[in-house]
Amino acid sequence: MMHFIVFILISIVLLGCSLGVVLSKNIIHAALSLLIALLSVSGIYLVLLTEFLAVVQLLIYGGAIVIVILFALMLTRNDDYPRISNHKLWPIAGVIAISVMVTLSAAYYKTYPIQPDMIQEATVQELGTSLFTTWAIPFELASLVLLVALIGAIVIARSDKGDN
Amino acid sequence: MVPLFYINILSVLLFGIGLYGVLSRRSAILIIMAIELMLNAVNINFVAAAAVHEGSGMFSNFDGHIIAIFIITIAAAEVGLALALVLRIFKNKSSVNVDEFDLMRW
Repeated sequence: MMHFIVFILISIVLLGCSLGVVLSKNIIHAALSLLIALLSVSGIYLVLLTEFLAVVQLLIYGGAIVIVILFALMLTRNDDYPRISNHKLWPIAGVIAISVMVTLSAAYYKTYPIQPDMIQEATVQELGTSLFTTWAIPFELASLVLLVALIGAIVIARSDKGDN
Repeated sequence: MVPLFYINILSVLLFGIGLYGVLSRRSAILIIMAIELMLNAVNINFVAAAAVHEGSGMFSNFDGHIIAIFIITIAAAEVGLALALVLRIFKNKSSVNVDEFDLMRW
């Protein structure tokens, strides 16, 4: 029961802050709401007894990705900074999003019965064993993807040789 | 303990909010932030399907957690590349609004 109450509270924070990300007029407020939303996703992982993913979420999303997004906001600021405008057709976007939500919810409602399920704890040791035996080749490929993305980001973002 | 259905509903709502953000925002950086929300919704679903087992031992391994780790890795790479592209375009067009990126229209 305690688990369930904590889950509901974290879910409310998560959904509220993600609404703040997509609805806020101030772009900095949107970025800070994104930070809170990502931290509460880490809380959801803790409710699901997955400590390793919770820490990874805190480090990579809360630590790295939000900082990179804030840097990009700082480097691309222009006149409509504090009050951004949405696309003209935003009601259609709302209709599409709500219909996707309703459809997927109905599909899950048909699939799963509502019953309290047991949660299986995933320890770091078990995750590591699985990662380096079954998933060893995708793990190495992920490092290659990160290397390519690193080099690509440097090549794309650096200024041309001519202009100083 | 938490029913799997509620976690799935949370994930669906988060995905829908992210989808609305992707479709309605004009700034490319805000679109990237909404994409992060959608990726997190998928991650919650994967972890829930792996962690909650329904007695039958259907999801008795840790593949969902591992896939979530890979998704986080890909998301980090994607954010780095996408923001580099945004900075590059901002240098040329002095704007990050995606409806002004019409260089390929003729």
